[in-house]
Amino acid sequence: MSTELKVTNKKENKFNLITTLAKYSVPILFTIICIICIIVSKLPLPYIAMELVSRLDRNLFLVIALIIPVLAGMGLNFAVVIGAIAGQIGLMTIKVFDIGGVPGLALAFVIATPFAILFGYGVGKILNKTKGREMITSLILGYFANGLYQLVFLLFIGTIIPVKNPELVLAGGIGFKNAMELDLIKYALDNIINVPIMGIKIPVFTFILVALLCVFNQFIVKTKLGQNFRALGQDIHIADVAGINVDKTRIIAMIISIVLAAWGQIIFLQNIGTMQTYTAHEQVGMFAVAALVIGGATVTKATIGQAIIGTILFHTLFSLSPAAGKNLFGDAQIGEYFRSFIAYGVIAMSLFLHAWQKNVAARNKEKLG
Amino acid sequence: MADNHAVKNVLELKNIEKEYFGNKVLKGINLTVKAGEIHALVGENGAGKSTLMNIIFGMPVIQNTGGYAGEILLDGKKVDIKSPNDAIDFGIGMVHQEFMLLPGFTITENIKLNREILKDNPISKIFGPSLKSLDIETMRKDSQKALKELGMTVDDWLPIAGLPVGYMQFVEIAREIDKQNMKLLVFDEPTAVLAESEADKLLEAMRKLAAKGISILFITHRLDEVIAVADSITVLRDGEQVGAMTKEDVSVEKIAQLMVGRKVDRIEKVTKSDAKDDKDIVMSVRNLTVHMPGEKVKNLNLDIKRGEILGIGGLAGQGKIGIANGIMGLHRATGEVLKNNQPIELNNPRKSIENKLAFVSEDRRGIGLLLDTSIELNIAITSMQIQDGFLKPLLGIKALKMMDDKKIREHANKFIKDLDIRCTGPTQYTRRLSGGNQQKVCIARALTLDPDILFVSEPTRGIDIGAKKLVLDLLVKLNVEHGMTIVMTSSELGELRSICDRIALIYEGELQGILGPQDSDVDFGLMMAGEFKAHSKEVV
Repeated sequence: MSTELKVTNKKENKFNLITTLAKYSVPILFTIICIICIIVSKLPLPYIAMELVSRLDRNLFLVIALIIPVLAGMGLNFAVVIGAIAGQIGLMTIKVFDIGGVPGLALAFVIATPFAILFGYGVGKILNKTKGREMITSLILGYFANGLYQLVFLLFIGTIIPVKNPELVLAGGIGFKNAMELDLIKYALDNIINVPIMGIKIPVFTFILVALLCVFNQFIVKTKLGQNFRALGQDIHIADVAGINVDKTRIIAMIISIVLAAWGQIIFLQNIGTMQTYTAHEQVGMFAVAALVIGGATVTKATIGQAIIGTILFHTLFSLSPAAGKNLFGDAQIGEYFRSFIAYGVIAMSLFLHAWQKNVAARNKEKLG
Repeated sequence: MADNHAVKNVLELKNIEKEYFGNKVLKGINLTVKAGEIHALVGENGAGKSTLMNIIFGMPVIQNTGGYAGEILLDGKKVDIKSPNDAIDFGIGMVHQEFMLLPGFTITENIKLNREILKDNPISKIFGPSLKSLDIETMRKDSQKALKELGMTVDDWLPIAGLPVGYMQFVEIAREIDKQNMKLLVFDEPTAVLAESEADKLLEAMRKLAAKGISILFITHRLDEVIAVADSITVLRDGEQVGAMTKEDVSVEKIAQLMVGRKVDRIEKVTKSDAKDDKDIVMSVRNLTVHMPGEKVKNLNLDIKRGEILGIGGLAGQGKIGIANGIMGLHRATGEVLKNNQPIELNNPRKSIENKLAFVSEDRRGIGLLLDTSIELNIAITSMQIQDGFLKPLLGIKALKMMDDKKIREHANKFIKDLDIRCTGPTQYTRRLSGGNQQKVCIARALTLDPDILFVSEPTRGIDIGAKKLVLDLLVKLNVEHGMTIVMTSSELGELRSICDRIALIYEGELQGILGPQDSDVDFGLMMAGEFKAHSKEVV
């Protein structure tokens, strides 16, 4: 799902090793690091495969949620954090009413969606006022939403919102506990269809959902709406002159992204089985963005393929680096440091590369003119 | 056209007038475009061409400034064009000077931008028309048809990025003619960015369109093109219609003369020019290329004589503005600039200022002034930064430099008096000053640097007439009394001719020639239009 539809350009058909390498430099680099990690960690391959399957199951939806804003020229959407919050609101609700299993999960999706639409609309509105600075704005909005979230669920629960269940509420009767057991919906989605292959449980149904999401993304691109997204992603001014309703289109892109993020967070947490009430959403944006960027996506271009490759690479690294750190330095903590270094470093590098490429393009244009 | 004997008028403008804040920019324009006619509109910058286009195309800027007077008739019916969308509905198309194309989209996608042909799918029936699929096949067929009409054979599924500039122009035109009911097509300087062979192809396409019955309004300053394609010609100058001709009685010289006109009101200098040594070159510019967007300079060679006022003229976008910006290091430049035979480092504004060059920018409010800072600080700040002026040591320690408020105040007061800056005092913010007084603050700052050469760009832009005269008088005074070398860039030829000793005319980033202020209008007109070399023999 690149910004171009299929383009037959004769020049591109010429295979050029160096440009190809340069084009895929980021994923190639991380593939190498991953292989080193696999070797150094000395973990058995079946274990790695199992880890990988469960992490893909958890995270792929969240990463794919980022693609449409990129397409619409709004950059990497750190505001998926706000979508994650909407998802958690859905989960907390079913926990309060104690509805479990597939019906509970379905209810969580249903409750989270209107919140996500509302939040997406708000974020879209704000981003329309801060055109050109969407990424930093969405990042800070994520932090701000986190503050509001704490206010509501630490202070309003038990005071304004009557929840009495001592299993959920802190000892003083005000505010949710730090952790919530989600055993009532644990694996509810994954276990609908679950095929074990060589001892590894494959959550087929979740992957079907992910595949449907991919189809949905591909479908959107080929519609009028998708064409508007792509036009916006190229040049907002020209799109405006052509009569495209720029602000409305951007809000729609943001709503889609945030709703997908809310669903993604529910899928993530039903796999984990517990919810850290006040921190589960915090890193969602950062990790999803890092995964997408490692797959070779940039601020202006992202595809489903990049999302999948990036998620595989990022989470291989993520799950193996403690073991690798322990074997190399005798301390798992160093591996932990290494992985947060990777997550933030790769985002910084992507932003830098993007700025640099833009600069080079401008220079080249000058030379031509 | 054979069956179309009774040629009707597609567009009629009757006595169009337009005022911007009491300043009349169009003074009763009458213009008629017949069906299938190519009508050329020629004029200097500021002649009113673009205002007229904005009126025809219903641009918001016209409505926001009080509308216009007069009548527009389309096909003989009076119409009121309130927005660009109205204009499109009436069948008026516009080919923009800068391309409105998305580089990553294919030719077809650009031609059909926001006019995509859609088809239903199951999901769109539930969720509404914005989820309809694109009918790529029909879109491509339409585009191929439009491209073919222009005599263009190119794969319509190639992306725009990477196409030659000439092709991009054709895609723009194809987009316009793909629209239904297209009656009148406005070309705003379409050949400005094209190479000669491409321009020829474009003119060919224009003829084809005209033969199909589409009327064309063609704005240009390339006079040979006017001669080549136009059926009738209207010349504007200062918002007045100074000439209307048909192709039978037109010549390049005639248009050139009408375009420039004689409006020279020379401020005579108590001239010291006899004392001036003609060979005393203070600055020579060699092979200067400046990458200023929209004002590119290409391989320019120019000598500046000590103690002269050198004018730099030319039409907008031809590169005259780029020269001073390049020499001062504000836009990326290559080449060589020698001052007193010493090279000046380019792309480094600090070095330029250290070499005693000063610049009053054309972008007064953008880079000329710190708008939310006082007059006194605006005047002193460059000197403080570069020359360590207006600084005093703190407690006798030389490394710690403090602003010398007293000195700054005295200095500002002196300039406020000398240049007659109308303000409430030296601490007033420059944002609240009128354009003329802001310009004086800029000049005061430049003079504070005590420059050898003063570059002034568009010194009278956006200033009322009284203040204009004051600024020009001031420049002459500086030149005569202090022997300062001044290089003035201006779009107003009359202004250049009123105070300059020599006027260099720039066309397409290159020096066309240097004229004296009293040289003939025809020469000025030809040089500005880049026709001088081709026609010089006939006029001399």
